[in-house]
Amino acid sequence: MKLVKLSSIAFALVWLSGCNTLGLNGSDDGLMDGEGGVVVEDRGVSTDGIDGSGVNGTDIGDGAETQVIVGEGAYQGDSLDDPANALSNRVVYFEYDSSSVREQDYLTLEAHAAFLADNPSARVRLEGHTDQRGSREYNLALGERRALAIRQILMIQGASANQFQVTSFGEERPQNEGDGEENWQNNRRVELIYTGR
Amino acid sequence: MIRSLLIGLSLFAMLMPWQARAELVIEITGGSEAALPIAVVPFGYEGFAASEDISAIVRNDLERSGRFAPLPQQDLISTPHEKSEINFKDWRLLRSEGLLVGKVSSVDGQTYQVQFQLFDVYKAQQLVGKRYQVPASGLRRVAHQIADQVYQALTGEQGVFSTRLAFVSVLKNADGSRRYALQISDSDGANPRTVLQSKQPILSPNWSPEGERLSYVSFENGKAEIFIQEMRSGKRTALATFKGLNSAPSWSPDGRKLAMTLSKGGNPEIYVMDIATKALTRVTHSSQSIDTEAVWMPNGHELVFTSDRGGRPQIYKVPATGGRAERLTFEGRYNASPDISADGRYLTMMHALKGKFYIAVQDLETGAVNVLTERGKDESPSFAPNGRLILYATEQNGKGILAAVSVDGNFHQRLGETGIDVREPAWSPIRK
Repeated sequence: MKLVKLSSIAFALVWLSGCNTLGLNGSDDGLMDGEGGVVVEDRGVSTDGIDGSGVNGTDIGDGAETQVIVGEGAYQGDSLDDPANALSNRVVYFEYDSSSVREQDYLTLEAHAAFLADNPSARVRLEGHTDQRGSREYNLALGERRALAIRQILMIQGASANQFQVTSFGEERPQNEGDGEENWQNNRRVELIYTGR
Repeated sequence: MIRSLLIGLSLFAMLMPWQARAELVIEITGGSEAALPIAVVPFGYEGFAASEDISAIVRNDLERSGRFAPLPQQDLISTPHEKSEINFKDWRLLRSEGLLVGKVSSVDGQTYQVQFQLFDVYKAQQLVGKRYQVPASGLRRVAHQIADQVYQALTGEQGVFSTRLAFVSVLKNADGSRRYALQISDSDGANPRTVLQSKQPILSPNWSPEGERLSYVSFENGKAEIFIQEMRSGKRTALATFKGLNSAPSWSPDGRKLAMTLSKGGNPEIYVMDIATKALTRVTHSSQSIDTEAVWMPNGHELVFTSDRGGRPQIYKVPATGGRAERLTFEGRYNASPDISADGRYLTMMHALKGKFYIAVQDLETGAVNVLTERGKDESPSFAPNGRLILYATEQNGKGILAAVSVDGNFHQRLGETGIDVREPAWSPIRK
C-alpha cells in the first residue's frame, strides 16, 4: 500500500520533470509531453495530481477478491457447505476452444440448478475462463460464452435469470501457470461463485 | 547471419523501483542484409556535459529500424563535427553513402544547442541539417527527431523514432497477487512511464489517431469495461460499462468514434460508438458466433474483425455502418487479433500452426500469407505507423516480452524487459 502511494508521488515528480515545453526551433509544441498517471482504486478511481488538481485517494483494495460470500458461516448445515454434496463441486471444465458442457458435469449442474430453484434468493456469479493460448480478446469472449452455456443449462433446469451474474476473465486469471495440457485443462473452466443464499 | 547486439539503454535515474525495473533493453536478434551502411560520427560536445549521448541514440534508432547498418565506431577514419572538418575523399573509401555529423553545446547546463548535418559522401552535399535549442530534458527527443530526418532523407519514408509504445506490465507479488500497469515508453523502450495502475487486468490499449489519448479495457470494477484516458492530464472517462463484455476498443481514423465489442445483447458483437454522444451503431448481427477485435481500415469506412462464425476464428471485413461481412483469411484454422498497415495494404494477425501461435502478414492485394515469427507463442501484433515493423508480444523464459519483426520477416529484435511480464503492445501513430 505504501509503495502505491509513494509511486504516485514519484510518478508525479517524473512527470513534472518531463513536462517542460522544449521550444525547439522549427517545430511546434508537438514535443510537449506530459502524461497523466492514474491509480485505479478497488471501486472507483483517483487521478494523480498531474496538473495539481488531482486527488490522491484511499489505499488500493483487493479488487474482485474482496467479493464476499454474503452470510458466510451464518447457515450452518446448508447443503452448499456439505463437502459430500454435489454442490461442493463449483468448477466446470471445458475442451479447447469449446463451450460445450461435458457429460461428467451434468450431475453437478443438476444439483446447482435444483439448489437455485429451491432457494430463489440464492445468487451465483458464473466466472468464465480460458487457457493461455490464442488471442486475449477472443478468449475474453470465449470465457463469457462458457459462462453463458452454464447459465443456460441451469435455467433450463429451473433457476431464474435474476439469480445470475455472468463475467469472463478470459485467459487473465489462470488457475495454473505454465504450459502443457494438464495446466491448460485446469484453466478452461467456469467457476460458480455463490454471492448470496 | 544472426548479429547479436545488446544496446543497454540506461537513462534517467528512475524514482520508482517499479519503473527502474521496467526499463526495456533492445536486442537485435536477426539482421537484414539489405540494410544501408551509414557513418554516424560521435557528436562534439562543448561547455556543460549533456546527460544524453545524442549520436548514440541516433545510431541505435537507425540500426533498430532494420533499414540501416551503422559503421562500427572503430572504422570511422576521423571525427568531424561540421562540414569544414570533413575530407569527403577520405570518407569515400568507406562504403557508406551517408555521413552524419553534429555537435552539442551548452553555456549553463540548462539549455543546449544541438546541430546536425547529414551529407551525401559521393556528392559532397548536405542532404539535411538543422539546429535546435532545447532544455536538458529534451535531448533524447531531439535525438529521435534527428534520426527521423536522417531516415526520411535516405529512404524517402517517414521515420517513426519519435513515436511511443503503449503496453501492459504485470508484476507478481510474493503472495501471488498481481499488479497491472499500463505504461508508455519512447519508441526505443526508454523512458517508461506508468499511466494507470490496477490490481485487476488491463487489456487492449489502443491509441487515438493524434496520439494524445489511449483507450483500453480495465477490469477494475470486476468486469471488462472500456475507458479512454488523456495522456497529458490523466483525465479518464468510462466509455462503455454495459452489462456483459465491453472490450476490444479501436479508435476510428477521424478520432470521433470507437469500434468495440459489446455483449449487452447476449452475444459479443461489433459496435461503433460516437465518443461525443455515446450513440451506438451495431455493426454485426451474428447471434451465435464470437465477433470481436475490430480495427479500422485507414479509409474509415470499413472494419476488420475476428469471428468464429465459420466454426473457427478467422478475419473478416465489414462496412463500419453494418452490412455483409467478407472473409479475408483462408490459410490456417485460427487467425485472430488483426491489425492493418497505415496504407491499408497489409493485414497482420495471430496465425496458428500445429497448436502454436505465430505472427503472420497477409498482402490484401495478392492474398499471399507470410509467417514472420518462429517462437510459437506470439500474439497481439501492432503495425508501426510507417508499416515497416510489426510489434508483438511473445514469451522468453516464461516471461512476457515485446518483440518486433520487419514486414518482410528478415529483421528481428526483442525488447526484453528485466523481470516483469510485458504484453499487449500498441505502437502510437506519428504525432503531427
